[in-house]
Formats: sequence, C-alpha cells, structure tokens
Amino acid sequence: MKKLEVSAIEEGTVIDQIASKSTFKVANILNIQRIDQVVLVGVNLSSKKLGKKGIIKIGGKILTQEEVNKIALIAPDATVNIIEGSELVRKFKVALPDSIEGIVKCFNPNCVSNHQKIQSRFHVINKNPIKIRCHYCERLMGTDDIELV
Amino acid sequence: MGIQNVMANLKNRDIVSILDFTKTEISYILDLSKKIEAKGHPDILRGKVLANLFFEPSTRTRLSFEAAMKRLGGEVIGFDELGTTSTVKGESLRDSVKIIEGYCDVIVLRHFLEGASRLTADSVDIPVINAGDGASQHPTQTFVDLYTIRNAKGSLENLSVGFLGDLKYGRTAHSLAYALAHFNAEMHFISPPSLRMPKDYLEELDLRNISYHETESIFEVSEGLDILYCTRIQKERFADPVEYEKVRGIYKLSRSVLDKLKVKDDLKILHPLPRVEEMDESLDATDYAVYFQQAHSGVPVREALLAAVLGAIQ
Repeated sequence: MKKLEVSAIEEGTVIDQIASKSTFKVANILNIQRIDQVVLVGVNLSSKKLGKKGIIKIGGKILTQEEVNKIALIAPDATVNIIEGSELVRKFKVALPDSIEGIVKCFNPNCVSNHQKIQSRFHVINKNPIKIRCHYCERLMGTDDIELV
Repeated sequence: MGIQNVMANLKNRDIVSILDFTKTEISYILDLSKKIEAKGHPDILRGKVLANLFFEPSTRTRLSFEAAMKRLGGEVIGFDELGTTSTVKGESLRDSVKIIEGYCDVIVLRHFLEGASRLTADSVDIPVINAGDGASQHPTQTFVDLYTIRNAKGSLENLSVGFLGDLKYGRTAHSLAYALAHFNAEMHFISPPSLRMPKDYLEELDLRNISYHETESIFEVSEGLDILYCTRIQKERFADPVEYEKVRGIYKLSRSVLDKLKVKDDLKILHPLPRVEEMDESLDATDYAVYFQQAHSGVPVREALLAAVLGAIQ
C-alpha cells in the first residue's frame, strides 16, 4: 500500500499538483490561517509530473470559483479533489476563464486601473504558461508578474 | 471581406489600439486617406462635433485633429489643460467622459495614464479616438506613419525597418511595430540597453511569429534598411534626470553619418517629431527625409479616421 506523505482528510478539499514553489502563495489565496478546521500543507513532495510538488488539504471546505481562478493563475497544473466520507467524489484540474476581473493587479504602475476606482480586467492569452493582457493598458503579464488583489 | 463590410465595421468603432485593427481595415483607412488628400470631402461632417480632451499637452496632434474635423465641415470643442477640468476637483475619468459624451459625436482623448482611452471607450456609446495614452499607444500616429511609408515605398509588404532611439517609452514605435507585424516586416530595434523595447511588447511580436533583432549599434543593420524610424529620447518620461543624461544624444544622425552608414539610396527616414539632437537639419533637404510629409499626412489620415468612425463615407 502506498504510504501517504500527508495524512488523509475525511471531508473537504485537496489541492494537489501545485508547483512546490507556489504552495504558500496558494495557501495565502485560501487564507488558511483563518480556517478553524484541519489544514495540512506539504511541500517538496515527489511528483512524476512536476519533480517536486506541493499539496494542501483543507477539512470542511469547498472552493469557490473565484478561489479556483486565483489558484489557476499561480499554479496552472493544480488539481482539485473533493473528499466526502474519506472518498474522492470529484476531481478536476484548475482552469482559467477567458477573462479575469478584480483578482489581479496590473503590474504597470501607470495603468489607469491602478489610479481610478475600477476593477482590474485581463484577457487570458495563454493558459500554460500563463500570459494575460491588461484590458486597459494592454501590457502582457506572465506568472512572475502576477500580484493578486 | 467586401469594402461595404469594412466600412460598416468601422462605423462607430473606437480607435484605441492598433491591435484592434485587421490588415484589411488598415489598408482601407490608408486608401481612404489617399482619396481624401486628393479630392477633399468638404461638409461630410457638417453638424458633427468633436471633443478634444487633452489631459496632457500636445500641439500638433490636437491641431491636426482640429484641422481634420474642420476640413470636413465639423465643429470642435475641448480643452488642453488639466487645470481647467473637473479632474482637479476629484471627478473620475468615467464621470467626466460620460458627461462630455452628451455634448459631442466623437471624443479624441490624450491622457497621461495608460489605458485611459479604453476606459473611456468602455464608458461611452460614441466613438473614442486615442490620441496617445501614457507610454502605451498612439494609434492615429501609426496610421499616419503607415500612410507615409506606403506613399514613400509604394507598398508596406516585406520591408526592412529600423526603429532607433527610445523604444522603451516611445509609444509610436510600439504601435508601429504591432502594425507592421501584419505586413511581414523585418524589424530591427536599435537602442541603448536602458531604452530597449519592453519585453512584453517583444512577447506580443513572438505571439504573432514575427522575427526581430535587437542591437545598440545602427552600424550593424544600416546597410539593409528600407525605412529608419527615429524617435526622440523623451526627457519628460525619465523619473531620474541622471538616467536621461546617460542616454541623451546617444544617436545623432546627420548627412555625414549617413554616408558612413552606407545606407541604401532609397532609404526613407521617418520621425514623429519633435526632434532634439537625434536628427540633424542637414538631412532635411535629402531624399531620405520624409518626416515633414509624415507630419503633413496627419490631417488627411485623421480626416479619414473621423469620416470612417462617424459613418460619413458612402
């Protein structure tokens, strides 16, 4: 039997296949310090696909669409596993929508979206590796440029 | 696509970014500019009002829009000083343009913030024309540049084009590079390392499978160029004057320099003007120089753009 590197949970969500270096960014998106149920975080775990991966298990939590979109920006290879009664009931890969609003800050300090009271808006040009174009100033941003609102 | 469809697609269109335009649409605008320059179309915009909203100073772009509108029989309102607007009272750009929308048929906007034209276009129902937003784009200047190149070379296809000077902040260079991507241009970006074309603009060219070459030395590429597009190193874009002093006057083109560069006899030199030290007046009388024709083309091209977006061409 395969030995689990991070213990299982009975109810909740497991985010797997996170690029190891992005694990704590994903943890921040999910605001895990404010969750009062079991949270398990593993980094530098072995992964055939990624070499080293991160994993986050959160008891009693189902992700919102906005949270999934944010994770897709930081960890485009991540998978989301929904666990009920210790069984895997649903598994899906995170996916970015074609446009994203209000969750990323434009990296261009002179962009109008950083000066007027408007929601930032980006068009997704490429999903993996991530390339997004600001709707307003049209500058292209990659994963390293992304700062979440 | 038939010409009627192209005309219909351009009616009520915003001119915010050159990326929004297809090759067919660009060619149609250039053809229309040629017709208007040859024959004129007085009165086709009679009764129409253009609002020139210049949140950042500009003389020639503002005046060329004003001249274009008046030559087609329209009227012009507007401002060219931030201090006289409600912005200084704290009004948002969105509110300002929604109010002004009620006074006019087309808005021409210059703004110091990048993306201000897109925000304006999203906020109003009438056409919005970007007359330069920050260091981003200046699409009407791009149509002027393309028109000048096509008139000088007979075609826009397969040209070797050198961009010289400030490619970091030079919005006209950014827009022109995007537009020339439609025409299979071979592009050479010549600049000091601190003023290179930003990497995301280069990635945009990569996305379109356009090959380009970057260098600091014009000597490396000068012999093969069909077009040399010079830009001014813009002192006003530098936050640190020391950085400006490091690069000012780094390129100085003159007749004697061109002789040493062994350029083609039919090389044409463009410059969106104003110039400072980068281009000597000794070039003005040569066949290379087309920058004054370029400046004069501003009016017929902007007439064509106004006529197209206001649906005045039958």
